[in-house]
Amino acid sequence: MSTGMTIDTHEEIGEINKYNFRTESTAVFKARKGLDKDIVSQISEMKNEPQWMREFRLNSLDVFYAKRMPTWGGDIAIDFQDIFYYLKPTDHQGRTWDDVPQEIKDTFDKLGIPQAEKKYLAGVKAQFESEVVYGSLKEDLAKQGVIFVDTDTAVREYPDLVRQYFGTIIPPADNKFAALNSAVWSGGSFIYVPPGVKIEFPLQAYFRINAENMGQFERTLIIVDEGASVHYVEGCTAPMYTSESLHSAVVEVICKRGSRCRYTTIQNWANNIYNLVTKRAVAYQDATMEWVDGNLGSKLTMKYPAVYMMEPGARGEILSIAFSSKGQHQDAGAKLVHAAPHTTGQIISKSISKNGGRSSYRGLVRVEKGSKHARCNVVCDALILDPRSRSDTYPYIEILDQDVTVGHEASVSRIGEEQLFYLMSRGLSEAEASTMIVNGFIEPLVRELPMEYAVEMNRLIQLQMEGSVG
Amino acid sequence: MIHTLTITNLHVSVESKKILHGVNLEMKYGQTHALMGPNGSGKSTLGLVIMGHPGYVVTEGSITLDGDDLLELEPDQRARRGIFIAFQRPMTIPGVKMADFLRHATTNVRRPDRKEGEELIAMRDFRKELKSKMEQLKMDPEFARRYVNDGFSGGEMKRAEILQLAMLQPKFAILDETDSGLDADAVRLASESIAEFGRDKMGLLIITHHDKLLEHNRPDFTHVMLGGRIVETGGAELAKELHANGYDRIRKAHPDADAANRRMLQDDVAAELATA
Repeated sequence: MSTGMTIDTHEEIGEINKYNFRTESTAVFKARKGLDKDIVSQISEMKNEPQWMREFRLNSLDVFYAKRMPTWGGDIAIDFQDIFYYLKPTDHQGRTWDDVPQEIKDTFDKLGIPQAEKKYLAGVKAQFESEVVYGSLKEDLAKQGVIFVDTDTAVREYPDLVRQYFGTIIPPADNKFAALNSAVWSGGSFIYVPPGVKIEFPLQAYFRINAENMGQFERTLIIVDEGASVHYVEGCTAPMYTSESLHSAVVEVICKRGSRCRYTTIQNWANNIYNLVTKRAVAYQDATMEWVDGNLGSKLTMKYPAVYMMEPGARGEILSIAFSSKGQHQDAGAKLVHAAPHTTGQIISKSISKNGGRSSYRGLVRVEKGSKHARCNVVCDALILDPRSRSDTYPYIEILDQDVTVGHEASVSRIGEEQLFYLMSRGLSEAEASTMIVNGFIEPLVRELPMEYAVEMNRLIQLQMEGSVG
Repeated sequence: MIHTLTITNLHVSVESKKILHGVNLEMKYGQTHALMGPNGSGKSTLGLVIMGHPGYVVTEGSITLDGDDLLELEPDQRARRGIFIAFQRPMTIPGVKMADFLRHATTNVRRPDRKEGEELIAMRDFRKELKSKMEQLKMDPEFARRYVNDGFSGGEMKRAEILQLAMLQPKFAILDETDSGLDADAVRLASESIAEFGRDKMGLLIITHHDKLLEHNRPDFTHVMLGGRIVETGGAELAKELHANGYDRIRKAHPDADAANRRMLQDDVAAELATA
């Protein structure tokens, strides 16, 4: 299965079967920078997509052109013509371990990540060597009718299912970056859980064969059918290394009646990345949707996971954490829309700012007319580690009905000299003491993570804290 | 060698206000010292300065442990050398479990050269020791999983401080009003526990207004502070006398220190009003 693919340099790239490309020499794609109809058409062609997807992409491109940049949030300075919108997996494979910056390697070492996984995370290998682990898992899931593939594969193999839901929760016209993603998306996860199937263990993106979950414009679609449940985990605490400066994902989740979905993300981007992500779920009767969202690194992150509670008894919970350091702005938060009576929402947001970093909580709670007895509670806590750092809170609450209960609490604190002294008087160094206070601050979130992520998260905070005091 | 903590001519200020005016005190390992005195006399300040609280400035004098200068060490280094203080008002650290905190602390104090990120003492041994010491202090095992001082009652906080003393086994421990805010039973338990874990196993400096804490910890020396100085030193009988008769005799015998003490108290009240 070897073919001569050509990219800019016309160098020969090895095996490519990832997208089931025809292997004849006709499948030649010259990646270039920039965004226009040709590029978008080529992406679709490369992927052998059906006509409807190709049209969806091209229409989305028009929407992208028409939409204005957001006028709120952070400062976005992106030259859209200076970006590669499609990097084939082979481009990643062409990268060698020697190309990975030393800083990234050091961090991997400190995190204690195994060599194989390191290479995967650094984009050196296109797939993580987890097939042995994954094999039996996949079989077991398949028996129950669970579909867990990358979204490109889903478009080919489950076209009806994909077409029924794709872009229905987040239409291209939702915002400029959703439109951009809709035009140039690649990779991401597609999950379908049949009625009544409860998956006991978390589905992790890195178990997925042919994964390209580290893509710039990944597109994830999760459908949890009636009475089913799933916990999906994506990302990793290791810093993500990418040569491009824009990451713009779209994630759509549909929770049908009585179902349950938890979506956990931990992302730690390199400091040059704009991370502009649209995540939204709809929850029908008695369904529960939970977003657990951890954001570290990046130049600017704008991300507000949303839950629309469409029918009585629906429940939406968002737990988010942001850590911003020098030159970073985390504009993160949540959005809850109560569109039916007896719906329950909760937002817990924690942010940490250090070394001149800026964290903003931006949240919207909207209770639509006809949503009596809706209940919602918002708690946002900010911890500021030094006087150069900054934290803001932008809570928006719109209530269009009566007999609803909406609570909002916000706190901002600084690490106190007395707390530090207390811990230091017990033999903890100043750095250890600060780390312990920060870890304690985010404990309510870390407690919700799968064990291995919780351990990594704590180690990561420790790394972030190194050299931040004294 | 018998460990010795020596405080010589110690002068201390906070925000340019003088609080200690030349304190002299020598303690040996295994001795119990009571430190008494009216409010505002500088007892707690002395304790905090020995531990290295960053809010106080030492303008003159020295504190040494076995001849080594403690003043140039950070609080954590002092702890690793064997200094401990049971706080009057311990801090709350939300989200940090007692057990995790104590395992870090115990490791660092027992392995003073440990660098950040190096291994902690073995979980199994640590748990066993913690469990047995908590049993001795009549603490619910659940306590180890609670967040440090978060939602603790007054009694629980003080017992948690004594637990830390028991785990860290310092050479010298300052107990800053470990009896305050406790009922009679709780004070008795505290007194017994301090005797069990501390007496003869370290040098104890017990700061107290009452004699209950001294019931099981008969002081070898009693010091009386007034106006930022130690004005009298005696034996166990001095503690009894002060508890029975108050400080009138002391005030009359040391009018200068008494005047200084009243000034310091007024400054304290003024400062509190200013920040209120």
